[in-house]
Amino acid sequence: MAGYIARRLLQAIPVLLGTTFLIYFMVFAMPGDPIVALFGDKTPPPQVLEQLRERYNLDKPFIVQYFIFLGNIFRGDLGTSFSGQPVSEILATTFPVTLRLALMAVVIEMFFGITIGLISGLRKGGIFDASSLVVSLILISLPVFVVAFVAQYIFGIQLGWFRTTVGPGAPTQDLILPAIVLATISFAQITRLTRASVIETDGQDFVRTAASKGLSRSRIVPVHILRNSLIPVVTYLAVDFGVLMVGATVTEGIFNVPGVGRTLYQAIIRGEGPTVVSFVTVMVLIYLVVNLLVDLLYAVLDPRIRYAK
Amino acid sequence: MKIKRIGVAAIALAAAGVLVLTGCTSGTPEATDGASTSAIVTTNGNEPQNPLVPTNTNEVGGGKILDSIFAGLVYYDAEGAPHNDVAESIETEDAQNYTIKIKSGLKFTNGEDVTANSFVDAWNYGALLSNEQLSSYFFESIEGFSYDEDSELTGLAVVDDSTFTVKLKQPESDFPLRLGYSAFFPLPASAFDDMDAFGENPVGNGPYMLDGEGAWKHNERISLVVNPDYDGDRKAQNGGLDIVFYATQEAAYADLQGGNLDVLDAIPDGALSTFQDEFGDRSVTQAAAIFQSFTVPARLAHFGGEEGNLRRAAISKAIDRDEITDVIFSGTRTPAHDFTSPVIDGYSEDIPGSDVLDFDADAAKDLWAQADAISPWSGTFQIAYNADGGHQAWVDAVANQLKNNLGIDASGAPYPTFAEVRTAITDRTIETGFRTGWQADYPALFNFLGPIYATGAGSNDGDYSNPDFDALLKEGLAETDLATANEKFQQAQEILFKDLPAIPLWYSTVNGAWSQSVENVQFGWNSVPLYYEVTKSE
Repeated sequence: MAGYIARRLLQAIPVLLGTTFLIYFMVFAMPGDPIVALFGDKTPPPQVLEQLRERYNLDKPFIVQYFIFLGNIFRGDLGTSFSGQPVSEILATTFPVTLRLALMAVVIEMFFGITIGLISGLRKGGIFDASSLVVSLILISLPVFVVAFVAQYIFGIQLGWFRTTVGPGAPTQDLILPAIVLATISFAQITRLTRASVIETDGQDFVRTAASKGLSRSRIVPVHILRNSLIPVVTYLAVDFGVLMVGATVTEGIFNVPGVGRTLYQAIIRGEGPTVVSFVTVMVLIYLVVNLLVDLLYAVLDPRIRYAK
Repeated sequence: MKIKRIGVAAIALAAAGVLVLTGCTSGTPEATDGASTSAIVTTNGNEPQNPLVPTNTNEVGGGKILDSIFAGLVYYDAEGAPHNDVAESIETEDAQNYTIKIKSGLKFTNGEDVTANSFVDAWNYGALLSNEQLSSYFFESIEGFSYDEDSELTGLAVVDDSTFTVKLKQPESDFPLRLGYSAFFPLPASAFDDMDAFGENPVGNGPYMLDGEGAWKHNERISLVVNPDYDGDRKAQNGGLDIVFYATQEAAYADLQGGNLDVLDAIPDGALSTFQDEFGDRSVTQAAAIFQSFTVPARLAHFGGEEGNLRRAAISKAIDRDEITDVIFSGTRTPAHDFTSPVIDGYSEDIPGSDVLDFDADAAKDLWAQADAISPWSGTFQIAYNADGGHQAWVDAVANQLKNNLGIDASGAPYPTFAEVRTAITDRTIETGFRTGWQADYPALFNFLGPIYATGAGSNDGDYSNPDFDALLKEGLAETDLATANEKFQQAQEILFKDLPAIPLWYSTVNGAWSQSVENVQFGWNSVPLYYEVTKSE
């Protein structure tokens, strides 16, 4: 098991190198000089331009820039943004907020998705099943920004139940509404996955065997049906984390959450290479870790899955 | 085997738990709307693009913070007229040599005295090439300034603690008008020890100061409190200023509607047609010192010489500015009547030749035909713009009018990002017309003309050159009387109307609104609310 984890972690190194290179290349290939843009509609004197390009190493060929960046990373220096703030500091302030938002969204969507999916699956074809199908269809078809604006208008402005945008320090209670909005992206998928999986498991021999042994339904449902139905849902969870990070860019903009999505968007617009690459690298890292955790969870859910070589 | 499995689950759960916990603890909520903070006015802003060093800040996000925490030699009132702030007097006899006396007894918030050296040292720092300051070009006209090497501003001389003199390279009558701009703010001596650290926690001498170390919460907000030692006309009428950085205007507007924001100085496009109904007399729409145009450089085929002037005039007359400002911008732009802005002293709607801005399809066709007689038109007329800036609607409308009224093929040429189109313009690789805009740095007619149309000027993106125009600007600058100077600048505009180096479109308008809990909200000439005047109930 330890060997398996170590192997998986080692695999992360080439993945990280590859992604940073690709992202760095893409930011570099983005047309337009970010330094020129710093001056707005005004044209800077060429000498000042030159000086600033030199300072941010933008005057050097791409590959040199990349290795300077890489070398600095190994020395623990992620560079600074145009506003003079160390990128590591930006990471440290924005990632906890987005992680909190994403985790809240995961908890919300898992709780409601699995519960509703389970009930739908057990009462296939009933009223509850039909209505949950309709609701999940609507949510799947609505873009997240529509849900976000409607939720902000109704619950924030009209009813006043939540702050319209997230307040100072991004307190957890302010994040509830954005998290619910974010959860709607994947909630419907999880409901449907759970439902289909539960229906399939419910018809299997071991469930019938358990019933014929005289086990009560209240034991069969959580231990035998639910647990065996969760594998596809947990697999989806790993993919979902990426979806959430993307959704966070939109949601964070609308609710003014000082998180990764918002900051990353601004950094891309401003062409701040080091900031963008550092952010994406950390996101890839999180993605890899979540995938590893999910793979490890399989063994818990299904003892037949082993990680021996 | 069983034990191992539990172990794995425990690791997974623990890891998830740690993530949740670290996330939760870092976000301890700060003091909610308690009594002591009730007089703090909240307003919208943007994360400053650069560290908060006056000579390195050239955008509105950082600018409105600097204007609040610093006091310059002069400040501008709502109409843009300059009044002495730190200056006791600014005197000149030839518009080239200035003697500036400052008030005595003024202090920075760290206790240092504001002296003549605070200005001279700050300006020298801002002008030095190797300091790479974004606003260094503001010192261009002071003797000693150089773009090519590190050079001291030899035109600056400290007479005593409260007096210094400025010698310019040539007479410039609007020099005193510039002194309220952030690039000319003073700096305490402590700033020069470590300018990066200073930019994070700037120490000023203005009506407000930072609410302690780290009051600038990056990407989130900056908290300012009243500077008790400030002794000028801009004394704060509220307890402080909380400038919240918004990623989108929509979020800021939602906060105003939801009661989390007091003053908003930008209304999102989606709410432009409704915000006046919603906020009534708590809203404002007024002209801004922002001039919008598009430029058709003379180096493009068919746009040089006499033919080019005819074609530009035809294009200008073929555009129905009233219709576009009405339909596309719901009346939130004002059709242009000159090359400056209505909020600037000396603005006039009746400059001879300005009728080239009046919509007249027949005259336009006629002018175009005259140009065709010189050399027949071929190809497509295009206006380049950045697609990330909300310009598509008006560019398409203008192109359509040119198509209909001139019978030519016209279209917009979108560039994905602002950086991209600006780079093409700066490098002169652009082969089409392109949108241009100018936001004044200080309220003076010359600021709309000199930097953009003078031969070889920094922002002369169309490489326009006309010796008569240059001569009139120079004459205007040499006048010590502002009214006579403005007359010269208006005459200079007559030449612009003939040559149309840029085709004027409209002036931007500032649209703002405020909540019920604040009063005395007035927007300044530069579209930023005069925050120090705002009073807040409760």
